Amino acid sequence: MTGVRIAGVGLTHFGKHPERTGRDLFAEASERAFADSGVSHDDIESLYYGNFMGELAEHQGHQGPLMAEAAGIRAPATRYESACASSGVAIRQAVKDVRNGEADAILVGGAERMNNLGTAGTTEALAIAADDLYEVRAGITFPGAYALMARAYFEQYGGSKEDLAHIAVKNHDHALPNDHAQFQKEISVEQALDAPMIAEPLGLFDACPITDGASAAVLVSDEYAEEHGLDAPVSITGTGQGGDRMALQGRKHLARSPAAEEAAEEAYAEAGIDAGDVDVAEVHDCFTIAEVLALEALDFYAPGEGIGAARRGETTRDGDCPVNLSGGLKAKGHPVGATGTSQLVEMTRILRGDHPNSDAVPDAKTGVAHNAGGTVASATVHVLEVNE
Amino acid sequence: MSDHGNTGYDEWLDAIAEGNAYYLECGNGHGSLPPRRICPECGEGDLEEIPLPETGTVETYTVVHVPAPSFADDAPYTTAVVDFGPVRLTGVTEDGVEVGTDVSAKISESETTGDRLLRFERR
Ligand SMILES: [Zn+2]
Repeated sequence: MTGVRIAGVGLTHFGKHPERTGRDLFAEASERAFADSGVSHDDIESLYYGNFMGELAEHQGHQGPLMAEAAGIRAPATRYESACASSGVAIRQAVKDVRNGEADAILVGGAERMNNLGTAGTTEALAIAADDLYEVRAGITFPGAYALMARAYFEQYGGSKEDLAHIAVKNHDHALPNDHAQFQKEISVEQALDAPMIAEPLGLFDACPITDGASAAVLVSDEYAEEHGLDAPVSITGTGQGGDRMALQGRKHLARSPAAEEAAEEAYAEAGIDAGDVDVAEVHDCFTIAEVLALEALDFYAPGEGIGAARRGETTRDGDCPVNLSGGLKAKGHPVGATGTSQLVEMTRILRGDHPNSDAVPDAKTGVAHNAGGTVASATVHVLEVNE
Repeated sequence: MSDHGNTGYDEWLDAIAEGNAYYLECGNGHGSLPPRRICPECGEGDLEEIPLPETGTVETYTVVHVPAPSFADDAPYTTAVVDFGPVRLTGVTEDGVEVGTDVSAKISESETTGDRLLRFERR
C-alpha cells in the first residue's frame, strides 16, 4: 500500500462574499493548491468535492462536474454531502483511492456560499442537517441542537458559560495573524459572556459565523511525488470515519460524540499513534461546546475534563497541545462544505512551517484534523505526519 | 416545509392528539419511532405499537432566541429532549422547565405557520 502525500494546498479568504459564486470560490482555492503543488492539471485522475447546501444557496445541484470544470481538470468528479463533514469524507475517499493504487493524483476540496441567504435563510438551510420530522419541525435550529448538547454536558460533567467563553477567546486570538480568517479581532471573556443569546446557554460568541469560502488540496502517491521530484513533506497516515443516529434523541450520549471517538480510534490505529503523540490539532468547533466534545472524542481528555482546557491554557498557542491554531471554525469561519479540507490545508501549513502560527509548534511532527457533520452523526478524523 | 403528508408520522401525531401516544418496539425490546420498518438497533422487521409512558423527564432543553423563519413568531421558545424510557422525544415546551421536570406529550400548533407541533406540558 502506497503512502499519501499532500502535494499542495489552497484556500480562499473566508468571510462575507455574498456576490461570489461557488464555482468562482472553488476555482480560486484549486488554483492556489495547484500552484503550491507542482502537479499538472492533466495528471489529476479524480475530483472529490464537498458541498452541503448548494441547492438552497445557489439552486445548483450536480456540482462535481461543475467544479472540475472550474478547476480546469478533465476527470471524473463526485460531490460528497455529509453536512459539515462533507469535505472530510471527500478527503477520506481520496486517501483510499491513492492507497489502493486507483489513482496517483487527486484533487480534493469543498466550497460553500452562504451569506447570500442572510441569517434567517442560513438558519433554515443549516437546519436540514437535522432530522426534519423529529427535530426541525420541533423548532430545533443548528445552534439549538448544540445548545441541547451543551446543557446536557453541564448537567452530566459540570462546566460553565465562562469555560466556553475561554474557547472563543482562544480561537479569536489564534486567528489574529491568519489572513484567511473571517475574524482577525481580539475578544474578551466579558464580551463573550455579554453577547446576545442565540440558543441558551449559547450566545453569539459561542457560534461560528456565516461564511463563504473554498478550500482545495492535491493528494498524490509516494511514487508520484518521488518521480516528479515534488516537495511534499507532509503525509496523511491515518483516516477514520464514524457514524451515529441522525437525531439527538436517538443517541446513547447527549454529552459525548461517539462517532468522532470511532473515527479517531480508526485513524490513530492506521497511523500507529495514540492521543499522546499528537502535537497539534484542528477540530470542528462550530460552537464552543463542540470543541470540548472534540477534545474528549480525540482522547486528549477524559469525558468531563475537556471543558476547562482553554481556561487552563492547555489548548492555547503556548499550551501543551495547541488546538485550532487557524482560529478554528469560530474565528476562521465555517463555509460548511469547505471546512474539512480547510482543516487539512491549515494543518499542512502548520506542519510544513509556513503557517503564520507555525512558530507556536516549531517541533510539531504529528497533527490531527477532526471534522464533524450535523450534531456529530458523521465524523472524520485524519492524522497528518511530517515525513521522516 | 412542504404541504404533502408524511405517512406514519402524521398518524403518530394524530394518536398523540387523541391521547393514544405510542412508540414502536421490536422483539428484542428496542424502542423507535415511525415511520419505521426496521429496528435501527438490531435490524428486526417486526415492530409493534406500544403505548408511550404518560410521563417523561426533561433531559436537556434550550431557549431558542434566533429561530428559523418557520418559527419566527414563536421565538423565544423552549425546546427540550424528553426521556420517556424506551424512547426520547424532542418538542417545544413550557418556558421555565428544568432538567428533571416531569412532562407529558401533547400536540399544539406553531404560532408562525399553524403547523402541528409536539409539545410537552408539565405533569
Ligand atoms: Zn431491535
